[in-house]
Amino acid sequence: MSSARAPHLQEVTAPASAANPASAPVPAAEPVSEPMRGAKILLECLLKEGVDTIFGYPGGAILHVYDEIAKMRGRIRHVLVRHEQGAVHAAEGYARSTGRVGVAMVTSGPGATNTVTGLANAYMDSTPIVVISGQVARNLIGNDAFQEADVVGITRPCTKYNYLVRDVTELAATVKEAFYLARTGRPGPILIDIPKDVTAETCILEYPEKVDLPSYKPTMRGHAMQVKRAVDLMMKTDKAVLYVGGGVVASDGADEILQLAERLNLPVTPTLMGLGSFPCGHSQCLGMLGMHGTYTANMTMAKADLIVSIGARFDDRVTGRLDAFAKNATIVHVDIDPANVNKNVKTHVPIVGDAKTVVRQMLAEIPANLVPPPRAEWWKTLRDWQRDFPLAYRDGGDTVIMPQHVIQLLAELTNNDAIVSTDVGQHQMWAAQYYPPKHGRSWLTSGGLGTMGYGLPAAMGAATGNPDRLSLLITGDGSFQMTIQELATCVHENMNVKVAILNNGHLGMVRQWQELFYSRRYSEVGMKFFPDFVKIAEAYGGTGLRAAKPAELRSVLEKGLSTPGLVVMDLIVSEEENVYPMIAAGAAHYEIVMGPDPNKGPPEPRELA
Amino acid sequence: MKPRHVLSVLVENRFGELARVVGLFSGRGFNIDSLAVNVTIDPTFSRIVLTTHGSEQVVEQIVKQLRKLVRVKKVVEMSDDRFLERELCLVTIQASGAHGRQELERIVSLVGARVVAYSPTAFTVEHTATSKDIDQFLELLRPLGIRDMVRSAPIAVARPGAENAGENVQSLGGAA
Repeated sequence: MSSARAPHLQEVTAPASAANPASAPVPAAEPVSEPMRGAKILLECLLKEGVDTIFGYPGGAILHVYDEIAKMRGRIRHVLVRHEQGAVHAAEGYARSTGRVGVAMVTSGPGATNTVTGLANAYMDSTPIVVISGQVARNLIGNDAFQEADVVGITRPCTKYNYLVRDVTELAATVKEAFYLARTGRPGPILIDIPKDVTAETCILEYPEKVDLPSYKPTMRGHAMQVKRAVDLMMKTDKAVLYVGGGVVASDGADEILQLAERLNLPVTPTLMGLGSFPCGHSQCLGMLGMHGTYTANMTMAKADLIVSIGARFDDRVTGRLDAFAKNATIVHVDIDPANVNKNVKTHVPIVGDAKTVVRQMLAEIPANLVPPPRAEWWKTLRDWQRDFPLAYRDGGDTVIMPQHVIQLLAELTNNDAIVSTDVGQHQMWAAQYYPPKHGRSWLTSGGLGTMGYGLPAAMGAATGNPDRLSLLITGDGSFQMTIQELATCVHENMNVKVAILNNGHLGMVRQWQELFYSRRYSEVGMKFFPDFVKIAEAYGGTGLRAAKPAELRSVLEKGLSTPGLVVMDLIVSEEENVYPMIAAGAAHYEIVMGPDPNKGPPEPRELA
Repeated sequence: MKPRHVLSVLVENRFGELARVVGLFSGRGFNIDSLAVNVTIDPTFSRIVLTTHGSEQVVEQIVKQLRKLVRVKKVVEMSDDRFLERELCLVTIQASGAHGRQELERIVSLVGARVVAYSPTAFTVEHTATSKDIDQFLELLRPLGIRDMVRSAPIAVARPGAENAGENVQSLGGAA
């Protein structure tokens, strides 16, 4: 399909404000401005969107923009990452921890292709980011030019939307739209690909006040009748459960969920992405559900007569075997994305809308004088499960540091109040089980895509966006090495990032699966030749510490958490420990496997890879 | 065979939007059987009419995923008889002998097709009908010797009075 200039650009009249000379300290509105080149227009537009930080890496096709960044020092911060993947994950960490749109900037070709993992990660976890990539000049596009790649084509399936800016006059409206699309509806990543000559061309900056997207109208309010049906069901169904996910975090709806749960005396189970959206210490919280969720959370889902899902999407890690999932339950599904409803599980009461808005509608439907339903029998069952099947692990005695104990100590020493980032694997699941975050925006993890290497840059994004808070990365010896080069960024930018490596010398989660499902035929999971992480930290200019014995653990963590700047704590933990409980992939909730008896003392050493 | 579905997708007429629609199908493991695209009365919009096969659940997902696309304004399922469907077929027939020519003339007038080009030994016939009728038409011609054949993708439109039909297929909300 061809098109002339986008119609909305012609409709833009009265610009809200025009740009100022770079020297002007206050971005006050001026009626008309001088023509400026695309590179400067881009940065002025970012400032108008409230962007204070760009995570990026320069290169040929984006040179004009970096030239303007140099001229704008003091107005916009640029964090120089050491690999473009790190820029995108940092923007994600910034976005998730602050609630604002994260921004990454890269050059054409390999710079842009290196963002693909980050874009796919943000797409799966609905994280609002805008990635700006340089592109070769328009007359070279399609010529296999140096550092040329079809970036719009490559990133189309892993962005919410993407743009190739074909004229400098389209640039301002494109940036406006990109930020609007990133943060509204189901949030997600947007990529803007800008040919080098477009950043060199000049025009008058006219920043539109409004976007014109005739086909894009996200539904915020739920259908009133369906909301009423859902509330009636919640009031009259005894065995009910609230299942809350990342949508609650994205809509900042934790307070509303708390009210709903308390008004109706409902048990609540958060997903991995929903951790922090309901207080973990609350008596109605059952803990996380899913493959490594608590026994109680999973059995509650299996036995409930009513499942009310809010901002969660019935992911395969949550449902297990679909034909055995919640067979007798009526399902209410609140989701801003209509395509999530009825996708995996047949829904009885579909409600398309924003989590916070819909829960407010629900609260308004509850009669003011309603006495919370006691659900006595249901709660008794749940309490029995909680008593009989708590999260537990075996004590390592005075020889072996248990990874779960590390997480518990970290939670204690940080008062559960750090912004926790994780990578992917066993440490991620233990962190989810044993570090109860106080807020959804204090828990940064790669849920949908499962990206090893997400953690360190995400922790950088959190540290950048929240300079007064502690940014704690819980990682493993495998994941950490995937983006380890970002240690340089942490030191360069003087970031307050604390890294706790649960070092078991293995790709532990893969090893666990090989142990359980491949007859212990360990294949390429032993990290026999891993580097000395203490020396690595020191070589980068940070602080390195190690604990190898339980007796050293507390003092190492205390020292590490209180040392300013970048600290890497290499914690040598049990090699054999598995994550339990576990529902095998494709198994049903009632087939949940609990771990070995915690009362049996230290684990027997097993021969590993 | 899973049921056939005709979907009409109204999309903003912009660079790259067709690729998004097509990519959605391949990326999510759906099949496109046929595809027709052209501009609408409003030149800022294009209409894509595509046919696909799948269970109700699969088609519900396809429709929802299409509606999620930022520049897709409307998706209508046009599979029932409230909608008119037409497909164009151009077929070149070997008809050198008198008998063959007579037989061809009979079939062409019978079904309301027409001859649009010819040579001493062959005729090119144009026929516009539903996909099913075109199938039958080709079966009639097959014994005469089909030298070449091209079919367009079907296009579809609501019959007068049914203009708003088909829009409520799983209308659970707008884009997200």
